Amino acid sequence: MIVAGIDMGALTTKAVVLKDGEVIGQSIITASEEGEVQARRTLEEAIKQSGITPNDIQYIVVTGEGRKSVSFANKEKTTPTAISKGANKLFPSARMVIDVGGESSTVIRMTEKGGVEDSMSNDKCASGTGVFLETMAKLMQISLEEFARLSLQAQKKAEISNTCAIFAESEVVSHVHRDPPTPKNDVIAGIHASIASRIGGFVRRLGIKEDVVLSGGVAKNAGFARVMEEELGVRILIPQEPQLVAALGAARIAQEEMARKKTS
Amino acid sequence: MIVAGVDIGSRGSKTVIMQDGRMLSYSICETGPESAKSAYLTMNEALKGTVLSLTDIEYVVGTGYGRVLIPFANENISEISCHAKGANWFLPSVRTILDMGGQDCKAINVDEKGRVTRFIMNDKCAGGTGRFLEVMADVLQVPLQEIGPMALQSRENIPFNTICAVFAKSEALSLLKKGTHESDILAGLYSAIATRCHNLLKRISIDSEFTITGGIAKNTGMVKTLEDKLGMKALLAEDPQIAGAVGAALFAAERLAAKQKQGVAS
Repeated sequence: MIVAGIDMGALTTKAVVLKDGEVIGQSIITASEEGEVQARRTLEEAIKQSGITPNDIQYIVVTGEGRKSVSFANKEKTTPTAISKGANKLFPSARMVIDVGGESSTVIRMTEKGGVEDSMSNDKCASGTGVFLETMAKLMQISLEEFARLSLQAQKKAEISNTCAIFAESEVVSHVHRDPPTPKNDVIAGIHASIASRIGGFVRRLGIKEDVVLSGGVAKNAGFARVMEEELGVRILIPQEPQLVAALGAARIAQEEMARKKTS
Repeated sequence: MIVAGVDIGSRGSKTVIMQDGRMLSYSICETGPESAKSAYLTMNEALKGTVLSLTDIEYVVGTGYGRVLIPFANENISEISCHAKGANWFLPSVRTILDMGGQDCKAINVDEKGRVTRFIMNDKCAGGTGRFLEVMADVLQVPLQEIGPMALQSRENIPFNTICAVFAKSEALSLLKKGTHESDILAGLYSAIATRCHNLLKRISIDSEFTITGGIAKNTGMVKTLEDKLGMKALLAEDPQIAGAVGAALFAAERLAAKQKQGVAS
């Protein structure tokens, strides 16, 4: 049984192809085109890797913010549902997922089977999202890769009291221009802490439940992951490909749908 | 009795000099990185309009975000109280004030004496603040003074579903690329901000005697959009940006009068 999951994120689109429950193809492409075209390209890329043809795919589930623009999928699922299913596959012990994407952050409390118990998300503003981080990296003229590395070397976290990116920008500027200037490492750790505190608020409102998984593009930033762990005071599990969790979950849902069809 | 009010806002520093309840002079300067310097700058600017020097001013009340850092202030009072008092001086009938400043937005109810009865503010997010408009003017490459009138020329209101400055910036950029006119983008942004302000105002009481203060009150496009959204006309002070400084000067006069009375009594 071959199925696929597509995740239409704000900044990237992702696809995962599953054959009998195992990943045989995957892709991540920066969003640059209109939704439908973008979705096709991403899926084709994943298919290329898997050595199958498009006709072999029996069922497609699409998720993510831009899911409505994809007409060729068999079904669409909300982002928290897909993320939970994906995280559950990677870490069966997971009961909470923190997903930090390009333009949103979502915290999900889940059941042991990977169902959504409760969730909270912010997609109205840049605070606590990947774009926040990008804005700060651009301001400091440091690459995102460097950001992660430098944050891990911080002695302490610079105080950044605003979670609004615009206000935080001024705070960062004043840290950099202070006499003596706040060390870069500490400023970056402070920036990470601003995101972590915004997300920490969601986690506490939902009630923390271990194990906690961190997914989404920002999960690749080890500096942020450490600060997030400090904020919550728990260990955080990070998938190898944190960006693909929702697409994987969507593919798993596709598989379940197929199985249900067969039995009925 | 000569007094002054100094309002060190996040973006603008304002001074009002008053003599016996009459405004002698005022100034508006940009707030620099050091509040103390900005305070001297705006005070000296205001003094230029008079024959006075700083030593002639008998009492100074500071207000605004940088109020604790004014070296020559005798005392400082919160900007909420000062805005209410200042708005009441300009427009005694006003009961609802929307103050749109550089980095925050406040909704205030005042009584007939200019005392605050209710207030609510947003200072957590740049959406709908002067800073937001600066970011947008920069993206659109339109001088800040022109973004007000420009929006009035809009023929098509482009809906923005966010007023996060970061998101709105990227949305505006992609609209520009598609050839959307700047005036339509601005009109869309103002409409989103107006909705946000309306929601803020709904949490206090909205009275028909309503005014807008702060720097944004000088943006004709924004004021018009707000009036349309609220379905009522805004009464505007002669210079809405100095309402806080006027209020501070009025407090200074009260304090000085009380002191002098005490002096006579003792």
